Amino acid sequence: MSNPASFSLTEALSSPDDVSHLHDLHARLAGAAEAEGRLDVAYRTVSSAVGELLLAATPAGVVRVAFAQEGFDAVLADLAARLSPRVLAAPARLDAAARQLEEYFAGSRRRFDVPIDLALASGFRRQVLLALPTIEFGHTASYTQVARTVGSERAVRAVGTACATNPVPVLVPCHRVLRSDGTLGGYRGGLDAKRVLLGLEGVTGARPPTSGPARRR
Amino acid sequence: MRPFESVVAEHGATVLRVCRAVAGPDHADDAWSETFLAALRAYPDLPDGANVQAWLVTIARRKAIDTHRSRGRTVPIDPLPEQPSPHGRPGGWERDLWEAIALLPPKQQAAVVHHHIAGLPHAEVAAVLGGSPAAARRAAADGIAALRRRYLEATP
Repeated sequence: MSNPASFSLTEALSSPDDVSHLHDLHARLAGAAEAEGRLDVAYRTVSSAVGELLLAATPAGVVRVAFAQEGFDAVLADLAARLSPRVLAAPARLDAAARQLEEYFAGSRRRFDVPIDLALASGFRRQVLLALPTIEFGHTASYTQVARTVGSERAVRAVGTACATNPVPVLVPCHRVLRSDGTLGGYRGGLDAKRVLLGLEGVTGARPPTSGPARRR
Repeated sequence: MRPFESVVAEHGATVLRVCRAVAGPDHADDAWSETFLAALRAYPDLPDGANVQAWLVTIARRKAIDTHRSRGRTVPIDPLPEQPSPHGRPGGWERDLWEAIALLPPKQQAAVVHHHIAGLPHAEVAAVLGGSPAAARRAAADGIAALRRRYLEATP
């Protein structure tokens, strides 16, 4: 400090514990933003049997569950563009969803009871998503059956698209929808994730495209 | 528009330094919170291509001035009693520096904060504060020279 040439204001105004201090300030900001009603999208991550999951919620409910392979930065950028740029890491709003997911992955929960916001799905896709929770834990339905449920028997492909673009996978159980021949079909989190979820629910018969007969439930 | 979270992540530390410099050790955290709350409110209306850092630093400086004004500005004349620093450094170095910055003429203080603390180039500083880049450069240089005299030479 005695040499004026080394005088750095940046250094003089910094502190070794600034990282944790900024973390505290951030938490305080998230709380104040929530209290003011300006936290349009809150998010956090949770670890699970299908890898790390990103959970995001509007004040209306959980609006997005994303798999690591989707790229969390890309998912957050998409939420900022489609919902609101007022996006903050703020775990409190997602405490209940995170706890229920933990219980589900631990095998002690069979259905979810948190508000869901389907703001990212519209029209027919939204109708499909609304129908999916009627498929119970440990059960499966075919894309054709779901199409029939929502009253458009020929819209099988559209049901497939609705499942593939489900903004809240796991919570809205599109993993319980399989092809009519018992093969897995597709999944936003990858087929391995779909297999893990079905295995967790005791559905062992979802067969790979080339092997033996399906044994549901 | 980027998620606000990435704005906080990218500029949080810079804003904290600006708040410490202008609001002082007692009010820096409040100024930081008010800066980002105000920024969060206005963020969706920020024009595309705006310089986010210059925008935040301008808010921060204003909030920092408001904060220590409204909460009572206390520039102690007597030496501070010894107390543990919340930032792990003994004594009142922050307070010394803040006092030295507070004594700068407003133009110099603004130029020092925007250029030397926030790292904005002189042309950006001039755009924010008005006047020419050359005047901004001069104000920053004069301000830093005054800080060296008052702060460094007074601090052993």
